[in-house]
Amino acid sequence: MYAQMIKSEATQDDPEKLAAFQARIDAGDTIEPKDWMPEGYRKTLIRQIGQHAHSEIVGQLPEGNWITRAPTLERKTILLAKVQDEAGHGLYLYCAAETLGVSRDELTEMLLDGRMKYSSIFNYPTLTWADMGAVGWLVDGAAIMNQVPLQRTSYGPYARAMVRICKEESFHQRQGFDIMMKMANGTAAQRRMAQDALNRFWYPSLMMFGPSDQDSVHSAQSMKWRIKMNSNDELRQKFVDQTAPQAAFLGLTVPDPDLCWNEEKGGYDFSQPDWDEFFDVLRGNGPCNTERLAEQNRAWDEGKWVREGLMAHAAKKNAQPIAAE
Amino acid sequence: MDAKFEFLCRMGDSTLILGHRISEWCGKAPVLEEDIALPNIALDLIGQTQMWLAYAAEVEGAGHTADDLAMRRDVWDFRNLLLVERPNGDFAQTMTRQFLFDAWHLPMLQALTTSSDKRIAEIAAKAVKEATYHYEKSSEMVVALGDGTEESHARMQSALDLLWPFAGEAFVSDTVDHEMAATSVAPTPETLWDDYEASVKDILSRATLTLPKARFAHKGGKSGTMHSEHLGHLLTQMQWLQRAYPDARW
Ligand SMILES: [Fe+2]
Ligand SMILES: [Fe+2]
Repeated sequence: MYAQMIKSEATQDDPEKLAAFQARIDAGDTIEPKDWMPEGYRKTLIRQIGQHAHSEIVGQLPEGNWITRAPTLERKTILLAKVQDEAGHGLYLYCAAETLGVSRDELTEMLLDGRMKYSSIFNYPTLTWADMGAVGWLVDGAAIMNQVPLQRTSYGPYARAMVRICKEESFHQRQGFDIMMKMANGTAAQRRMAQDALNRFWYPSLMMFGPSDQDSVHSAQSMKWRIKMNSNDELRQKFVDQTAPQAAFLGLTVPDPDLCWNEEKGGYDFSQPDWDEFFDVLRGNGPCNTERLAEQNRAWDEGKWVREGLMAHAAKKNAQPIAAE
Repeated sequence: MDAKFEFLCRMGDSTLILGHRISEWCGKAPVLEEDIALPNIALDLIGQTQMWLAYAAEVEGAGHTADDLAMRRDVWDFRNLLLVERPNGDFAQTMTRQFLFDAWHLPMLQALTTSSDKRIAEIAAKAVKEATYHYEKSSEMVVALGDGTEESHARMQSALDLLWPFAGEAFVSDTVDHEMAATSVAPTPETLWDDYEASVKDILSRATLTLPKARFAHKGGKSGTMHSEHLGHLLTQMQWLQRAYPDARW
């Protein structure tokens, strides 16, 4: 998922108000921007929605990396449309975050100077065309696992953003799987690319759900507030259960010798990803952290004169009728 | 070479190369709204390419597809305008290139909607709606950035000075154009000039930008006789997978 390791904020609000707020959440009410909410709820949501938005934005880069090399005109249009969708997701989410009293520019600055994070997955490189398949199939697939339940999250603007986003994400996943099918059933070189893509993206995809959070205080608070709907392990299990048969269908091998169906639990047993690697990536030591952040900063810095120019022109236009009087 | 095939390649290659250039911006635009708007333009242009080159391949009759034409021809067989193969440069150059192209593309497509060739008329009718939107958007952007800050104005003016010599190529006819005009397939390029100049001047004056005095125009793109060095590098990237794995299907 696109929001990892979200720390929930402690709340020091009036206990009576807090109890009434919790009662609304428990009753399944939707919280709207004008409603009273605990400071911790607001701050945690800003962090979570912001990180989700940043992930959509940075997530454009690994796939954008292949747009100019897409092998056919049709593949090029599909990939263009996908990356464009991700920009749109970023925009919906920034708008949702703005209802909590933080501006898009503030959030962007926090991404650019490293105060806010984006999903670890986008710090991995896309090295062959099969990666465009693997990203859609696995990364969008993992994102959906988390985002579908979030359509019922307690915060109205976030839930509504999720409804719009989920429709497009499942489309992305199918398109990714379609690329994998072509590759897995293609020439020897294409099959090799497909297997290699699965090898590289399998564990980073499992990491997307974050480490086990069974005993996490933060998770418990977020679940109480209904801004986190399932535990990380639950979602990871669901993802493996869905994905392993798909890999078999493609004739590809999941790079986990311990992956096997467990009749008793009605799900697969599987190996955990290397959590040291995960924390390294979060600390900025993933294969592409430096490039991703540098690229975001470059685009933002080089775009400054454009944003200023557009604003200056808009201001002149607004001033015109008054000047004419 | 068949004149209609040449003509169709000119239309399709110009949208292909410009669409490719725009797609190079993906995820790197100056503002999030442009990360949404730019891929839209690229998508439209690549979509139009699919129609033009599919028809070109039919007319050619050599069993090729639109993808074959896009991915397997070398520089000398491309027939796009020199303007569209110019590198993106800064956002000012990208928008100015787009505007100078759209201001030709829109009236060209409008004229083609009455082509004696039904298929061309149909393609133009579909594309003209998109081109209308592109022109609106790029001319608005030229006005806003020209009439924005001192810096945005200066960047737009130098982009215009740089790119204006590439605007004229579309309006100079050769034997292919003569044959297309004689059979009422397409308008004579020169007939579009006066309106082009008028609409460009109108937008530029609103943008407080000055049209360069010189009327010099580089040529060699649409005839394929002399592309710039930039096109080869673009093709190197765009065609790489198809050429590296010629027996693969994607
Ligand atoms: Fe997304
Ligand atoms: Fe997606």
